[in-house]
Amino acid sequence: MSTASVPLPAWISYGVIPLINLMLAFFFSGLVIWSIGENPFEALKFLVQGALGRGDAIGFTLFYATSFIFTGLSVAVAFHAGLFNIGSEGQAYIGGLGAALVALALDRYVPWYVTMPFAIAGAAIFGAAWAFIPAWLQAKRGSHIVITTIMFNFIAAALMVYLLVNVFIVPGKMAPETRTFLPGGQLPKLDWLMALFGLRLGPAPFNVSFVIALVMCFLVWVLIWRTKLGYEMRTLGVSPTAAVYAGVPYVRTVIVAMLISGALAGMMALNVVMGASARLQVEFVAGAGFVGIAVSLMGRSHPVGILFAALLFGILYQGGADLSFEMPNITRDMIVVIQGLVILFAGALEYMLRPAMVRLYQQFAGK
Amino acid sequence: MSLGPSKEPAIELVGIDKKFGAVHANKNINLTVAKGSIHGIIGENGAGKSTLMSILYGFYHADEGEIRIFGKPVAIRDSQAAIAAGIGMVHQHFMLVENFTVLENVMLGAESGQLLAKGVASARKELKRLEDDYGLEVDPDAVIEELPVGRQQRVEILKALYRGAEILILDEPTGVLTPAEADHLFKVLRVLRDQGKTIILITHKLREIMAITDTVSVMRRGEMVATRKTAETTVEELAELMVGRRVLLRVEKGEAKPGSVLLSVRNLTVKDSRGVTMVDDVSFDVRAGEIVGIAGVAGNGQSELLEAIAGIRKPTSGEIFIDGQPAANVDPARLRDLGLAHIPEDRHHMGLVLKFEEYENSILGYHRNEQYGKGALLDLEAIRKDAEEKIAKYDIRPPNPRLKTANFSGGNQQKIVVAREIERDPKMLIIGQPTRGVDIGAIEFIHRRIIEMRDAGKAILLVSVELDEVRSLSDRILVMFAGKIVGEKEADAGEQTLGLMMAGIAA
Repeated sequence: MSTASVPLPAWISYGVIPLINLMLAFFFSGLVIWSIGENPFEALKFLVQGALGRGDAIGFTLFYATSFIFTGLSVAVAFHAGLFNIGSEGQAYIGGLGAALVALALDRYVPWYVTMPFAIAGAAIFGAAWAFIPAWLQAKRGSHIVITTIMFNFIAAALMVYLLVNVFIVPGKMAPETRTFLPGGQLPKLDWLMALFGLRLGPAPFNVSFVIALVMCFLVWVLIWRTKLGYEMRTLGVSPTAAVYAGVPYVRTVIVAMLISGALAGMMALNVVMGASARLQVEFVAGAGFVGIAVSLMGRSHPVGILFAALLFGILYQGGADLSFEMPNITRDMIVVIQGLVILFAGALEYMLRPAMVRLYQQFAGK
Repeated sequence: MSLGPSKEPAIELVGIDKKFGAVHANKNINLTVAKGSIHGIIGENGAGKSTLMSILYGFYHADEGEIRIFGKPVAIRDSQAAIAAGIGMVHQHFMLVENFTVLENVMLGAESGQLLAKGVASARKELKRLEDDYGLEVDPDAVIEELPVGRQQRVEILKALYRGAEILILDEPTGVLTPAEADHLFKVLRVLRDQGKTIILITHKLREIMAITDTVSVMRRGEMVATRKTAETTVEELAELMVGRRVLLRVEKGEAKPGSVLLSVRNLTVKDSRGVTMVDDVSFDVRAGEIVGIAGVAGNGQSELLEAIAGIRKPTSGEIFIDGQPAANVDPARLRDLGLAHIPEDRHHMGLVLKFEEYENSILGYHRNEQYGKGALLDLEAIRKDAEEKIAKYDIRPPNPRLKTANFSGGNQQKIVVAREIERDPKMLIIGQPTRGVDIGAIEFIHRRIIEMRDAGKAILLVSVELDEVRSLSDRILVMFAGKIVGEKEADAGEQTLGLMMAGIAA
């Protein structure tokens, strides 16, 4: 038996190890910053202040985090069923189409809270539909889901550019985007929530989608650990042969898991399209689908972990933008490097420290 | 060359003590193994054998105690240190690269140098020498996955010898072997011993202990309870030492009272994914209240037959009826509704999800039942309560439904499966290898349950590569060879007769 199978208490697995990983990531990021002649501590100060220092900073951080929660949950749900959905990016993009169609249709007639449930459904259905084809190909034809979902990201991008340039564009305007939604098609900001903490939201687009994201965290938790469908998904994900033995229907489970995954990715569009820009724009997803993979990985595919990981990436996004503004030597690309280091240490190298921790734990607590 | 074991000790374990949290896995173990002897270690699952061997092989560190190899105290920090000290281990589940050749596997990790060619040449020479010295013939260029299991095991032994092992630890070596392969293994082990190697054999099978070991140590609940010269002990004494009470080694059962036909198989043909016919036009019936055993050397179609009946593998042609209902090409969930329970051969990959907690496995396949939650939701409280009842009734240890299934011993894992399938009160039960890798106390328990099921009027189909097991449990025996049923015998048929039929020689 190797150390991999020695059980560690939850507070080490989910508390101490991620924290040390994060510190390692920051340490190496610091080295990178130091090597280009900037002060790493200064940089860290700018990053934290830029992400959490002011009301609007926190608002932006939470806004980004909201998108990452949706895409993180999307990746996690598929992952529990043993499916690596790389296509959250494209599913979110197409989800934006669903949300925008609802907003464009209803914003003139009803207030936002009437539009919202339809928009959620629209975004979810469109996202799910985009996931359905790769799911069906995987379930029925054995086409690998990683390949097909990547391809569907490109198809989604091409399709959306076509639609925005040729169909939705406002006549006479240059920008490939829809018209701006009226307030009936917008999701209101959560400035009152910030005010409770004595913070001013300012221009930050932190909006009601955050609440939807929290509800989805809870629903995903229920789905995975409290429903029969979730049980079947986990069985399929961990042991496909045991799933066959148990009579878990492969085709149905794969397709349903991917539909849910696609729906969650699609809902990400609510945050950006209806909560921030109030119109459908080209490339509004901006990589949030891919960040979702890192968030899910780091959050161990658990909604609570995903929530924290999404917040961390929200901080890195918002704080990173501020940092490159304050320290022009640290370019956007440098921020991507730092984000990459976090993904590397907190996600990919999660098991690097585990054997050492097991040994330490056995020495101190094992007796 | 010495005749019989010499007195010089190869291994001395002094006061080995190991705790995992609250579990005291090894309590002050003292053990001396003489050089050039075969020493058996027996004990029930969870008795601490594996922990002790893991300490000896460097996977764990003893909290206290000393290890001496050939008289010298050594600190075995990891498996490299164990190899350096001359200890080799043959695991129950082979550690081979399936698509490498024998030679490549033997060399792996001991290539000596950056370029392969030189290492390959010397390894080939060394392999040839080992072959000549110990009679371990195996084609060095054969690919592992194309070798029968017995040969693969031989490669594991060669790997250890290639690394200069003087002491070989074999963990449950015969669990996956046919009787003939096991006999051959024993021959090899005797040669190794006569050449001065020291062998530790971990097993549940008392017959093997009696057949091959020079000395035997018995472990129970983390303690070394006795060490005996094999010639001076009996199976009954060892069984009693292991379990701590008297054990019935023979299955006691009354006359079968067969009722109506519950399972009917007609002209069933099953091909595997490569199109090779595994089950060839097989027909038979199983009646309520009888146990029909299928005897055969592993790989003659028994597994495929079971899987076809259980709905896991699609038959190419033929029909199956369960209680009169057509059941060929029907999915396993529907078959469970028809009253079919299935204890699969491979509990690690089919019967259980090892990463799940115990209670989650206690509903596998029955999770859609109303009893475990109305509608779409799971009622965790009901499931855990149900799991706890089964744990108590089947004496599953440790009695913790929240423990990860992988952390139960093999016997207790099997009990989890048996409890789940039997407690559904099915009409018929199909069982593959009911006691593979299961200790003697649990074997007795599982056998008794199976007989109880029969006496309660269930139809039971049993497949086992343990001929003893098939003979002692079955009311009728069907012999399978090359995908066909080559004959039917009464339960009291002689081992000789059945053995010949299994080899495809006599009908």
